Amino acid sequence: MIEISQSCIGCSKCVKACPFGAMHMEGKKAAADEKCTLCGACVQACPVQCISISRKDEVADLSAFKGVWVYIETSETASGEKFVKGVGHELLSAGRGLADTLGEELCAVLLGSGVEGLSGELASYGADKVYLADDAALNDYNTDLYATVLVAMISKYKPSVVLYPSTYVGRDIAPRIASELYVGLTADCTGLAIKEGNLLQTRPAFGGNIMADILSPKTRPQMATVRPNVLKKNAPDSSRTAQVVRETFSLDAKSARVKLVERKRNENVCGGKIDEASIIVSGGRGMKDAAGFAVIQELADTLGGAVGASRAAVDMGLKPKANQVGQSGTTVCPKLYIAAGISGAVQHIVGMSASDVIVAINKDPNAPIFNVAKYALVGDAHQILPRVTEAVKKAKGC
Amino acid sequence: MKIAVCIKQVPDSTQVKVDPKTGTLIRAGVPSILNPYDHFALEAALALKEKNGGEVIVVSMGPSQAKSVIRLAQALGADTGILLCDRVFAGSDTWATAYALSRALRKIGKLDLIICGQMAIDGDTAQTGPAVAQMLHLPQITFCEKIDVRNRTLRAKKHIDDGFEVLEATLPVLCTMTMPHDYKPKYPSFPAVARSEAKPFELWTAQDVGAEEQYCGLNGSPTRVDRVYAPPQRKPGAVINGSAAELADRLVEILKKECFVK
Repeated sequence: MIEISQSCIGCSKCVKACPFGAMHMEGKKAAADEKCTLCGACVQACPVQCISISRKDEVADLSAFKGVWVYIETSETASGEKFVKGVGHELLSAGRGLADTLGEELCAVLLGSGVEGLSGELASYGADKVYLADDAALNDYNTDLYATVLVAMISKYKPSVVLYPSTYVGRDIAPRIASELYVGLTADCTGLAIKEGNLLQTRPAFGGNIMADILSPKTRPQMATVRPNVLKKNAPDSSRTAQVVRETFSLDAKSARVKLVERKRNENVCGGKIDEASIIVSGGRGMKDAAGFAVIQELADTLGGAVGASRAAVDMGLKPKANQVGQSGTTVCPKLYIAAGISGAVQHIVGMSASDVIVAINKDPNAPIFNVAKYALVGDAHQILPRVTEAVKKAKGC
Repeated sequence: MKIAVCIKQVPDSTQVKVDPKTGTLIRAGVPSILNPYDHFALEAALALKEKNGGEVIVVSMGPSQAKSVIRLAQALGADTGILLCDRVFAGSDTWATAYALSRALRKIGKLDLIICGQMAIDGDTAQTGPAVAQMLHLPQITFCEKIDVRNRTLRAKKHIDDGFEVLEATLPVLCTMTMPHDYKPKYPSFPAVARSEAKPFELWTAQDVGAEEQYCGLNGSPTRVDRVYAPPQRKPGAVINGSAAELADRLVEILKKECFVK
């Protein structure tokens, strides 16, 4: 229910703010008609806080909520071409399994400007439907505009599950929406399953020292942000198609209260981006100095991989933060992870333990990194790795 | 300028261990600290006060022991401390925490800026800040590294996945702060600690801030913890010993066997 109190001053800001044309003036007071979706844009626009939305009675019937939704985050190349971030493929693959278990549809939610061409790719990763809001005002991510659109779409179609990537954007918007809708939201999940019809959300807490399974049994949709590079993506099936459902809004980019002044993307992260690399050679405190990291770099270059670093190595200034693997850095999931001179603090292990093959090299036979390694080499990486680099170069014939 | 900083007392997660048998946290002997992100947020607020004048109010929700982090914040320069402390808040998830905090912030009133740490190191959710912003219908800028205010316009440098953005908004705004990886929190001098004892401190209950019980604590929280357990251990693999030359040979064999080198 939307309520407008007597303290309305008749400024009509809410009329301009409403993306659905549902607000109008009756005499000197604002009023909402049946087009209202309870999106809350007017509540934000009102200078005297006279508009309130109460939802508590509307979520009683959980069976009315159906469908697994995945919020698709896009980015753009240096030449301005939009693309779906890799985590979207992971979420659609995981969402496909959840939707099949529930016997419901898997839907991708795509917001942006000039993004319709990405629908086919979303279908190939399992989406049955693509809800599309393609609008010039949505060209750049903006909390206010994106939240307004998503809240309206969720209120209209009532999905049972909404998944977001646990990226800077996902973590900015998801709590805003959960709070607006008064629904449960679980942060930074590393596992998802269905338990008795509810979404079972697994996440690490206390810096990865402990795992927790979380349910949101009484509210819908059940929402979660999911860490990139943890869930496995399926192979795309280009024969699949999805129904595209276009949603139109009359959005005014000027109503966004936060303005973008400047954006700078790091084009060249030292030694390649670790979040998408299939081979990572990582160094820790044990590599001691720049010369130690030169050994790491050379092996990574020879194998065609990227260089990672433990927090200790980053703190020692041996590598920039962009190369840090772990809880406070980047979670990675390469096919091969070589950890050299890394003892294996739990914060590091949660960031790389999903890698397919882990090789650890450490002088200390009791180093915790050996607990997750498929191959545990007890020795000095400074002496071992240059020999490996030479042998690999020889094997490759260069 | 009137600035509120939301802070939390947390166990020092770098010292938390898990009981391998029961899967529960061993908290005994683990010191409580001011959440480091909140510490950084407080320093950002104090720097703005230094530059633009005004006052800094710290707000925390927690048990009565949490008074110690409020006193620490006051010793560092915060003017007023408020502790939301009530049994009905127990078991709050991020939604219910944000609800209680937003009620308290509303009661303080006329705030120009609310600053939160991006997340608490015990929960790592980063959800409470944006949830508070929504409940107060404020614009938000999350994961800020640096903030500055000039003529009622806030300019923030914030992190994005592959770089940074500079954003602007007119006050009032809510910001959440990330921190540099080499951040070392400042601690107050002894005389500053002594002086902080005289600064205003208030204890507020749910009733004081007009928080409705149905939205508070465990009952008001949409999420439920189903189970807590120690992280699953990956099965340890083969331990290989030998000279550097032997180990290098073995590693090359492994790379060939796993098809990373052909």
